Amino acid sequence: MKDLEFSRRQLLKAGGALIVSFNLFPPAFDLFAQSAPVAGGLPDPTQLDSWIAVGQDGTVTVFTSKVELGTGIETALAQIAAEELDISWKKIKVDMGDTQKTIDQATTSGSRTIERAGPQIRQAAAAARKELLRLAAEKLKAPVDKLTVKDGVVSVAGSPSKKISYAQLIGGKRFNVTIQAEGRAGELKLAQDVKAKDPKDYETVGQPVPRFDLPPKVTGEAVYVHDVRIPGMLHGRVIRPPVINTAPVGVDEDSVKNIPGLVKVVRQGSFVAVVAKTEWAAIQAAKAIKVTWAKPATKLPANREELDAYLTGTKSFTTLKAIEKGDPAGTLAKTKKQYEATFRWPFQMHGMIGPSCAVADVQGEKATVWSGCQGPFRTRASIAGLLKIPEENIRVIYHDGSGSYGRLSNDDGAEDAALLSRAVGAPVRVQWSRQDEHGWEPKGPAQLQKVKAGVDGEGKIAAWEFTDYSLPWTVAGTMMLLASEQIGMKPKAQGQGNGNQGGGEIYAFENTKVIAEEIPWLQPEPIPLRTSNLRAPGQLSRCFASESLLNEIAADLGVDPVEFRLRYLTSDARAMDVLKAVAEKSQWQKRRQPAAASNSATANGRGVAMTRRAGGYAAAIADVEVNKPTGKVTVQRVTLAHDCGLIVNPDGVKNQVEGNIVQGVSRALLEEVTFDGTGVTSLDWSSYPILKFPDIPALDIVLINRKDVAPLGAGELSTVPVPAAIANAIFDATGARLREVPFTPARVLAAMKATESQKS
Amino acid sequence: MARISLKVNGKVRTVDADPDTPLLYVLRNDLSLNGPKFGCGLAQCGSCTVIMDGKAVRSCVTEVKSAADRPVTTLEGLGSTKKLHPLQKAFIDEQALQCGYCINGFIMSAKALLDTTPKPTDAQIKEALAGNLCRCGTHTRILRAVKRASGQKV
Repeated sequence: MKDLEFSRRQLLKAGGALIVSFNLFPPAFDLFAQSAPVAGGLPDPTQLDSWIAVGQDGTVTVFTSKVELGTGIETALAQIAAEELDISWKKIKVDMGDTQKTIDQATTSGSRTIERAGPQIRQAAAAARKELLRLAAEKLKAPVDKLTVKDGVVSVAGSPSKKISYAQLIGGKRFNVTIQAEGRAGELKLAQDVKAKDPKDYETVGQPVPRFDLPPKVTGEAVYVHDVRIPGMLHGRVIRPPVINTAPVGVDEDSVKNIPGLVKVVRQGSFVAVVAKTEWAAIQAAKAIKVTWAKPATKLPANREELDAYLTGTKSFTTLKAIEKGDPAGTLAKTKKQYEATFRWPFQMHGMIGPSCAVADVQGEKATVWSGCQGPFRTRASIAGLLKIPEENIRVIYHDGSGSYGRLSNDDGAEDAALLSRAVGAPVRVQWSRQDEHGWEPKGPAQLQKVKAGVDGEGKIAAWEFTDYSLPWTVAGTMMLLASEQIGMKPKAQGQGNGNQGGGEIYAFENTKVIAEEIPWLQPEPIPLRTSNLRAPGQLSRCFASESLLNEIAADLGVDPVEFRLRYLTSDARAMDVLKAVAEKSQWQKRRQPAAASNSATANGRGVAMTRRAGGYAAAIADVEVNKPTGKVTVQRVTLAHDCGLIVNPDGVKNQVEGNIVQGVSRALLEEVTFDGTGVTSLDWSSYPILKFPDIPALDIVLINRKDVAPLGAGELSTVPVPAAIANAIFDATGARLREVPFTPARVLAAMKATESQKS
Repeated sequence: MARISLKVNGKVRTVDADPDTPLLYVLRNDLSLNGPKFGCGLAQCGSCTVIMDGKAVRSCVTEVKSAADRPVTTLEGLGSTKKLHPLQKAFIDEQALQCGYCINGFIMSAKALLDTTPKPTDAQIKEALAGNLCRCGTHTRILRAVKRASGQKV
């Protein structure tokens, strides 16, 4: 393998194209042997060469630890770099998510890539342009301020024959330029002393550039992590029944000894696995092996009622505050009319279509891991903790994965593969079964909200009190992943909160309090109801609760729900604009809700909801049809207006918004993890259905391009208001209030019945 | 183990495999065809779809022995980035995927549909693709891509 070790210089000579088949990388491959290294031989953020490389053919490679999860950021980041360099986006290549070749820019999550990594790439590219112009000024013997750049060719203003290309200036060579770098990961500020382009001059940013990664994905040529094959690779499967994980009191190795190709039964703590020569043999062995497990010490809620009692009856370990202003409790008591409601949100799944998968090759104190994870550096840290070897000895290489929506912030599969590779001394590929993924993926936390509001004599909301009771993420950051827990490692904290936005903090109520109580959820043993960040964490639920009650108040006061919201948004122009835009696009007509009842078997309605998330704004209007005899809700159309600041790639944003809406409809209508006192009972796509083709609504998107606001992410925001808009549309259609997700036919019928009995 | 002769993408390929092995694992691991993907092993999601005898089938529940000597087409059999099949081109033109993990199934199911119904209606497309799951939610783009590939106005 030694012959395959090649230097960064050689790669640059090859045209900057770092398209090297994965299995050519030996584990100790050191790309940065010649660069100014930091401790451990890893790239140095203060070196321009760590970010940008110009090839001999004039292509420019951008290095980033961010990864293309299907959200289009590879292309968007390339556009940002192309813009600063004044080069066609077609000449940009992006090398992503390799811990040996990139700087840690934080996990790809929270819709933060464009917002945080975007400026890092922009400044690095601007610094590269500055250096290229300095070099060109020398060569062309002209002052820098007389130089112009067109598609990577620098020329002297007024003397077009005097020109030189980026490739001629530095192609295949290093910059050897030091740039400013302060802070780290998501907070890393790069080359702040270099002036980047004025957004009004943007030509590439703002264009619907087609995604770089799509062509090989429609032909089978793309190498997803699931397709990575290493010479000598074996296949592993971990034995994980979908119940509380206890100690194995008996592992009957004889039960699998007749399976051809079985290599080893691996056991460490409560981690039990099989390794085999072929994938099919590993699957059969995992199915056949007889394991007897101890009785659990953990007690879980057996149903929703017990869960609610736990959520509201357990002291929180932290309170997250979105806003606190005036005296909401005192004012509430004095208001003319009070409103109060409780809302429930179930555990939901990320539901990756491709289950967790990783390949690991552990050799003594060194390891290489191929993964589709969201945070290669986070995976590196967790593997280091698991194997007790230094992080610097581990290389994590990202490959395309299945869309993960937060699930692969926590890379359980990589830990499994690493443990098994060490146990058998060979590279091991692990892919979870569907049952294991449904059973053991960390779930989006269950939540419950209590919302109170008081309206004064003038019909104004004078007091607002919003409390979210949420389970936190028990799997996050430095918390233990599944295999780590199974071999006996103990988490040292309660986990991370499930967010606090979306509880009505955008409205200018005089007395208001929006908080989230995080309820401890760590258990003595690993549980299938472990929790983590699921797309727009916690906010769909909070938005559903706050926007439902707000709508209820508007209806009670006989005020149009769009107009009612606008009354409380007067100091926030972007919020007003997004709401007005969606109303206009959907041809919203001023209405009192609910709509007049009809005698037909179906009832139609439309509902509105909005939110702010991480600086972006979205407002949605849903059109629904409710089948009155069956309670089935069909979402016919969702119109959504979206403001994520300056738009880098409008088609990329639109694609994200469309997907967010579809996922939001699915989560609102269908999705609920079922469980009993021992574990999870939603173990396949029939017990945990997601929205299918015939039920996909028509979509109408309005993108508001805010050239005066820095670009923000679009990966989460627009899914937030969708369930609330649907709930408000169901109310419009039927007069019935849905206070629990998902809006199953049974719940809709029950709500309609309750409304009828209130009337009579 | 048994020696099994397969006809994949127009070529005869011989493999040594347990005859009960699902075709999916043989295509992926023995023939290095990465188009079909493992999603569920239960015929619930469609990620593993291939075309056999002209029909879209779930290779995760199709035993390899039942595929012996029957023509099987995988995503790779349609075209390549150098020479795209009209469906593949239409999926790119419409930017009809996000992560792309499920997209093999949508393209192969659409191929089987267009082979029998060259100008499908929206309802026919939705019906034909109802058994394929996409978690990223690019359905409306997929619908347009299939219409585009069939030469109909998008």
